[in-house]
Formats: sequence, C-alpha cells, structure tokens
Amino acid sequence: MKQSVTLGKVTKFMGLGFISTFKDLFTGKLEKEDYKAFLRKVIVPVASVLLFLGLWHLGANALYNVEAEFRIEKALNEQGQVAADEMAACIASGDTSCQPNTLPSPSQVWTSFQSLLNDHALISADKVAFKEKTAALNEKRVAEGKDPIVYTGRPSFVDQIFRSLKTVFAGFFLALLIAVPLGIFIGLSPTLKSAFNWFIQIFKPVSPVVWYLLVFMIVKTLLIDSSEDSSFSISFIAVGLCSMWATLVNTSMGVSSVDKDYINVAKVLKLGNFQKVFKIILPSSLPLIFTGLKITLSVAWMVLIAIELLAQSPGLGLFVWEEFQNGANDSNAKIIVAMFVIGIIGFLLDRLMLSIQNWVSFEKTDAI
Amino acid sequence: MSTIIENKDTIITKTSGFPSNDVMLDLKDLKKVYPTPKGDYVVLEHLNLQIKKEEFVTIIGHSGCGKTTMLSMIAGLNPISGGNISVLGKHIKGPGPDRGVIFQAPSLMPWMTALQNVMLGVNQVFPHATKAQRNDIAKYYLQKVGLEDAFNKRASDLSQGMQQRVGIARAFAIKPKVLLLDEPFGMLDSLTRGELQDTLIDIWNKEKITAVMITHDVDEAIFLADRVVMMTSGPRAKIGDVLDIEFERPRTRKTVLEHDDYYKYRKHLIDFLEH
Repeated sequence: MKQSVTLGKVTKFMGLGFISTFKDLFTGKLEKEDYKAFLRKVIVPVASVLLFLGLWHLGANALYNVEAEFRIEKALNEQGQVAADEMAACIASGDTSCQPNTLPSPSQVWTSFQSLLNDHALISADKVAFKEKTAALNEKRVAEGKDPIVYTGRPSFVDQIFRSLKTVFAGFFLALLIAVPLGIFIGLSPTLKSAFNWFIQIFKPVSPVVWYLLVFMIVKTLLIDSSEDSSFSISFIAVGLCSMWATLVNTSMGVSSVDKDYINVAKVLKLGNFQKVFKIILPSSLPLIFTGLKITLSVAWMVLIAIELLAQSPGLGLFVWEEFQNGANDSNAKIIVAMFVIGIIGFLLDRLMLSIQNWVSFEKTDAI
Repeated sequence: MSTIIENKDTIITKTSGFPSNDVMLDLKDLKKVYPTPKGDYVVLEHLNLQIKKEEFVTIIGHSGCGKTTMLSMIAGLNPISGGNISVLGKHIKGPGPDRGVIFQAPSLMPWMTALQNVMLGVNQVFPHATKAQRNDIAKYYLQKVGLEDAFNKRASDLSQGMQQRVGIARAFAIKPKVLLLDEPFGMLDSLTRGELQDTLIDIWNKEKITAVMITHDVDEAIFLADRVVMMTSGPRAKIGDVLDIEFERPRTRKTVLEHDDYYKYRKHLIDFLEH
C-alpha cells in the first residue's frame, strides 16, 4: 500500500499543480489533448501577467508625464521661462534631484528590488564583521556577568521580512491557542454559546487599529516596570486578537454540527465525554477548524502591516511607513516591492496551511 | 369505532404472546408523539410486539409509517412518549451497547481505519480484556464479513458495500443482546445487497443474536426472517399483521427460492402492502 511520491502528487497536494504542468512541458510528456489544459494553465496566466505589466508601465508613464508637466509649469509660473527650461532639462537628464515622484514603473520596481537585496548583502556582511570583532570582547563580558554587545545597526529589508513573519506566527499561535479551545467549548455547550455569542458578534467586526489601541492600553500598563521594548508584544497580541474570530466561529460551528450519525454511534457505544470529544467530535470538525485557521492566518498577515505601522514594531509595515515618510527618489518603488513581497508571502502562507490541512484531515481540499 | 378495533388487536397480540421467560425484547403499548404547532402528531400508538431470544424479525411497511422511529426508540436514541420497552424484562433507559445498531448509512468514522472503527466499540465493551484480545475480537469479526485484507484501510477509501460490512462487524463485535438494523442494505445495488444478506445471515447463524431489521424489500424480509412483522401506515401506526416464515435454518437463497411456500409468503406480504 506504499504510495510513490512524485512531483505531480506533491505539487497538487500543496495546491501548486501548475508546476507539474511546466515540468511536463519541458520533458515533452504533454499529450495532444493536454494542450488545451496547457493553454489554460500556463499561457493564459503568463499572458495576463504580461498584460498587467504592460498596463502598469503605460499607466506609470502617463502619471510621470502629468507630474513632469506640472513641475515645468510651476517653475514657469513662479520663476519664469529660464527656470522652466532648466527643470525640463533636469527631468530629461534623469537627475534624481528633480524626478517626478509618482507611481514607479515595473523596471524601477525591479531595480529597487535588486538594490534592496544588495543592501541586505551589505548589512549581512557588516553584521558578520561586527560579530567577529566583538566575539572576544563578548566572551569576556559574559564571563564577567555583563550583557554581550549586540548589533544595533538598521535592519535590512530581508530582516524586516523575517521580523514580520515572526510577529505573524506569534499572533497566529496566540489566536490558535485562544480560539480553538474556546471554539470547542462553545460548540459543545449551547449555554456557553449563548453566553459568548453577543461577544463574538460585537468584537468580530472591530477594526485592527482599535484592537491595537486596546492592546496598547493594557500591555503598556502591564509592562510599566519592564525596560523591554513592548512593541513586539503589542503587535503580535493585537494581530492575534484581530485574526482569531474566524477560527473561533468555524471551530464552534464544526463542533456543533458533527454528523448526527457519528453522535448516534457514540451514544450507542456509550463513549465517555473525553473519548467522544477526542475520537469523534474533533476529528470530524478538523476540516472546518482548518478553514478557520487558514482565514485566520491570512487575516493576521493582512492586519500585521497596519499594526506594525502603528506600533512602530520592526517589520514590513514599518518598512513601508518609513519609506513613505522618507520620500527619497526610490521610496515609492520600494513600497511597491514591499507590496509584492507581502502578497507573495501571503499566498505562500495560504498554501502552507492548505498542505497542513491536507496532511492531517481526512477530507482533501483543493486549492482555490 | 377505530378504538374498538385497536383494542381488539391489542388483546390478540397480548394473548398470543410467548412465555415471558423466552422474551428478549418486549414493546408494550408503545406510543410516539411529535408535538407540532397544529397539535400533536401521533406516529405510533398501541404498538405491542414481543421478540423471542435468538429470533430474527424483519419489519416491513410503507415509507413514513414509523418503522425507523420505532427502531430508534428501541435503540434508545429517540425518547418514548408512552408505554415501555424492555430487554430481558428490564426497561431500557437511553442508548447502550446491549442494543447494537447497524444504521442505514454505514456511519463509520471516515478518518479511522476499518479496524479502528470496530475497535472503537470493542474497547468500550471489553475494557478489561488485553489490547491483544480486543484486537483479536475486532479482527475476527472483520474476517467474518470478508474484510481480512482491509484492516488498515481508511473507511473513506472503502466502497459503500465494504463500509456496511465494517458496520456489520462493528455491531456484532460488541456482542449485543439485541441487534437493530435500520434498512442496512437500502443504499446498495442489488448485487451487493445479495452478497451482504448472505454475509449477514452467515454470521448471524453463528452468533444467533436476537435481531430486528427494517426493510423495504419483500424478498429480503422473507429470506432473513423467522417472522415478518407488517406495520400499518401512519399516523397512529401499529402492528398490522405477522407472518411466520417456517423455512429451516441454515438457509440458502436457492433452497428458499425453490421452496413451495415462498410464493405464498410473498403473496401474503404484497397483498398486505398493496391493500
């Protein structure tokens, strides 16, 4: 009964079925009737991406021209013809001091992406060097019972990504730890359900910003004596509280709607409460619990950016905010890079959850 | 007028009862009422039925007449509105493993293997046996229903017929006093149904567990049963007629079909259902 693991199976399992279509294309395994599927699965998406990039490019160009004309006209009205000509020449020369600041084009975004990677390489090298330099000193300090010196330079873009992932997973696990057990109890007991229902209905639609402020009020007071930076705790708790509702609702629904036949079997066999919950109710509500967890993770990732921004907690949200405040020539392009990174990581997180769901649950779910 | 007839029927069934020490399952004056906004809906009323030890009774009647309601009341899954049900003279209180049920849908836990599904019941009924003994019991019954190659297959990977075989194994493995079968083969194609009837009757011949089975199928009712109980159409359904099937056991489909009485029994049942 051993099943061989092939690329096709693995990618389908992870909801990345299009990868195996690519593989079939390069290994020449594509049959005639597969060409229709190939057209639909590969050609159409690639074409739509190219179309998107083209429209983006044209749109960015148009906005660029509007902004450039505005600048030239402004110079003409305020400082006369000479200044206007200078401005036009400056814009045409590509000098960074006078470039119109608007939606960046795809190529600018790509350049910024590469510069961010270079920046990361520089900072990493700097970190390594710092570590080597301070290694001996730190050993001495630790031996003397002092805190070692740590690197306090600015984080690179990649560091920010990992910091964001750390926050989102901390928030996600907080949501899981609260929502799954609570959802089970609510699903099992109609009394608890009516006790918590108003609570869920009222708090579910509350905006992430308000959650952040609420958590801020509480955590700030709780950590009043601590010298530690509370921004991480505040942001992950706020993320967890914002995102746990989907799991709470789905878990309680899954638990309360277990197939009546299964419950009858449990009754006939006179299973104890413990066995009933762990052998029948929980396994049968796993698909719904996972649907909830999937929504929770994507909501967590979505609100994270806003919350990091408010909490001044390092991460992609803060990165976006700082770039916006920075207003440097390539800031806009960096914001767009962050947007794509956020989107792609969100997609990968969703696929990760889908894989785990298919791994543990008896119902196989296809990717949407 | 109708109450007089009902009372008469009650008297007949009561007086023609069996000696009480042989009675496994006793339904006395059973009543089921569902309250509706327009007043009570009486599904069953004045229903009396006694079933002997080691007897196989099939119950036949039109859809919606309350057969399943009666069976789930015996199982303890549906509260009794009036009268009582007793097993070996003791009134039942709620469901329990002394009354095993084979449901219409196989009702296996799809995330468990065939063996785990049977073990779920065995663990519950034989808590003092060793793990190996319990495993042996579960495997024995799975073998009996022809699933020796599917112990470790997930229930969701089994065909409907195989799932119902697991359901049969699960019900027999807990060694109930009474076996309740709610149209267990109703969802199967006729070929599979025949195979499962043979499996059921084979295992029943060995275990001789008192059985009550609901069916829509006249041939199935005759082939399996010692007695066929016919229920009147609802509302206020009760026992309409009882037919003793006097074929010798063990039976095979061939001998039953070739028996002179077969068509007489069949005609009796169809006449009742069509009347």
